[in-house]
Amino acid sequence: MTALTRPFRRRFLRRGRAGEAPEAEAPHAGATVEQAPVEISPNDPLLAYFQAATGAVDIDTLDLDSPALRELKAAGVKLAVPLVSQGELIGVLNLGPRLSEQDYSSDDRKLLDNLAAQAAPALRVGQLVREQEAEAATRQRFEQELEVARLIQQNFLPKELPALPGWQVAAYYRPAREVGGDFYDVIPLPDGRVAFVVGDVTDKGVPAALVMSATRSVLRASAQRLMEPGAVLERVNEHLCPDMPAKMFVTCLYGVLEPASGLLRFANAGHDLPYVKTSEGVVELRARGMPLGLMPGMEYEEKETVLEPGDSVLLHSDGVVEAHDPDREMFGFPRLKETVGDNPGGQALIDRVIADLEAFTGPDAEQEDDITMVTLERSAGGAMVAGAMNGTVLADFELPSEPGNERQAIERVERAVAQLGLAPQRLERLKTAVGEATMNAMEHGNEYRPGRPVSVRVLESAGSLRVQVTDLGGAGALAPADQPDLEAKLEGRQTPRGWGLFLIERMVDEARVTGEGGRRTVELVLHLQGGHDDDA
Amino acid sequence: MTTRELEVTVREHGGAAILDLAGDIDSSAEAALQSAFEEGTRGGRQVVLNFSRADYINSTGIALIVGLLAQARARGISITAYGLSDHYREIFEITRLADFMTIADDESGAMSGTERTNHA
Repeated sequence: MTALTRPFRRRFLRRGRAGEAPEAEAPHAGATVEQAPVEISPNDPLLAYFQAATGAVDIDTLDLDSPALRELKAAGVKLAVPLVSQGELIGVLNLGPRLSEQDYSSDDRKLLDNLAAQAAPALRVGQLVREQEAEAATRQRFEQELEVARLIQQNFLPKELPALPGWQVAAYYRPAREVGGDFYDVIPLPDGRVAFVVGDVTDKGVPAALVMSATRSVLRASAQRLMEPGAVLERVNEHLCPDMPAKMFVTCLYGVLEPASGLLRFANAGHDLPYVKTSEGVVELRARGMPLGLMPGMEYEEKETVLEPGDSVLLHSDGVVEAHDPDREMFGFPRLKETVGDNPGGQALIDRVIADLEAFTGPDAEQEDDITMVTLERSAGGAMVAGAMNGTVLADFELPSEPGNERQAIERVERAVAQLGLAPQRLERLKTAVGEATMNAMEHGNEYRPGRPVSVRVLESAGSLRVQVTDLGGAGALAPADQPDLEAKLEGRQTPRGWGLFLIERMVDEARVTGEGGRRTVELVLHLQGGHDDDA
Repeated sequence: MTTRELEVTVREHGGAAILDLAGDIDSSAEAALQSAFEEGTRGGRQVVLNFSRADYINSTGIALIVGLLAQARARGISITAYGLSDHYREIFEITRLADFMTIADDESGAMSGTERTNHA
């Protein structure tokens, strides 16, 4: 049989003749036996005939081009009694020949019609109860699936946010009833930097939650291995592409903050642009890039900005700007931008946006999509190291020991000391000293083994600037055997090399080497008053 | 700031070879510097190093220049340099490289220096 439309997807039982009943199932002769049901397809003319019938129907004398009728005849059905409730055919009572082998009498028929009139509504009630039970089970399955999605989602959100001295970090996540694919993450990196992530997976429910959890895992692993935000997104994209279900993709904003200097480097895979409140108004952090998981080989533009004391950043998902009011108008970017500009950052900003959103959508509106926000605010006072013994940390970072990486050290120290306004010539000297100290640390201390990083710390305190370059080369002395002597070098009595420490000592006001627990630190000191500043 | 591998262009000027150095003078510059030096000194020409587009010189770069200077001394060739920033000029003085080569402000200054050397 073929599919019946709903009210008729019932089983039409026929009564078997006593002789055909298997012995085992027949406790006594003449017992009724259930046989395979005859089902009537929706386009079978028998259906219309039964629906229109006013009482019991003689099967033998009925002449219709109907497969079901042929089946009934073959099964030995003599009389069919349609069961109709409120004008709707809900079943048929099929009877075989009477046990007396006589035809059904008019009394029999009357009895059957009465029975049908009683049985039909009762049967209908039974059917309705069954339908409701099935619907309830479907609903429950759906709710369970939502619960699973919610659990996956919540399990992968950070349990707590890292405490960053000098920074206020806050996050907010509220799933829609039908959980979407929003996520955020805050990942502490080994050198004191912190990665911030806000993302959104297309689609909803369990599929979105699974893609979200995969994305988060690959992101976390890549963040630990790669320094550059663009490279991190490239790698995540390569990982996601092969297994991404069709029509699904992930938008994601990935930024790395250097808390000491306020440097934020970021890349964006098609996510809503973050807003930064600065002293000169609200700006967007723009960087180009396609969403993750669409196609391999994508490149992600990398940008950077320095968050000054008092600046605040809002990372957000589209659930905020795409919320609608009762007239179907969207909350929109301009409103959000205005809110960022008019309020302090941190948790206060999140509370403000939520209050604005609720006022906009109305109190009873169901949240349409997940809402996610992460805020980052640099305290107006600047970052002070706990204890304040060391003064202000202007930068604190690590670099893998790979040839050429001294250039990164130079660049980052230069940026960190920009606020001090060193005379140009003095800055150049410091840069050379930092480069040489970093090269020494990578080459002699760490033997250019990438797994042994060089750490660089820039401190300002009580009129001096100190740059500490630390390697893992133990506490041994750094000084070369000979002071470099150009005459001797030109005559081949000394290697042409060996200028590093010589330069370092002449480029800064003080240079000292200290060792502690297998770590060796070269500290470069510039006195901020007096010293060489006079020759600027 | 980006790193830029050294490219050297050798051109003839007034009987001397001018080596225009563009990029970083660090360990990655060794091959480019050496082959340009050999090309420039063919026939015993005087050599002028133009540093005006050399943005970064580190201690390894200094060692490479010391190496060139040693080769030049052995062959009786003089080296003149120009286009150094104040900072690198200071470094050439601290390391005494400036005592073994003529440091000029610009190309014409460098050329008059080589003429003097040639005629000496």
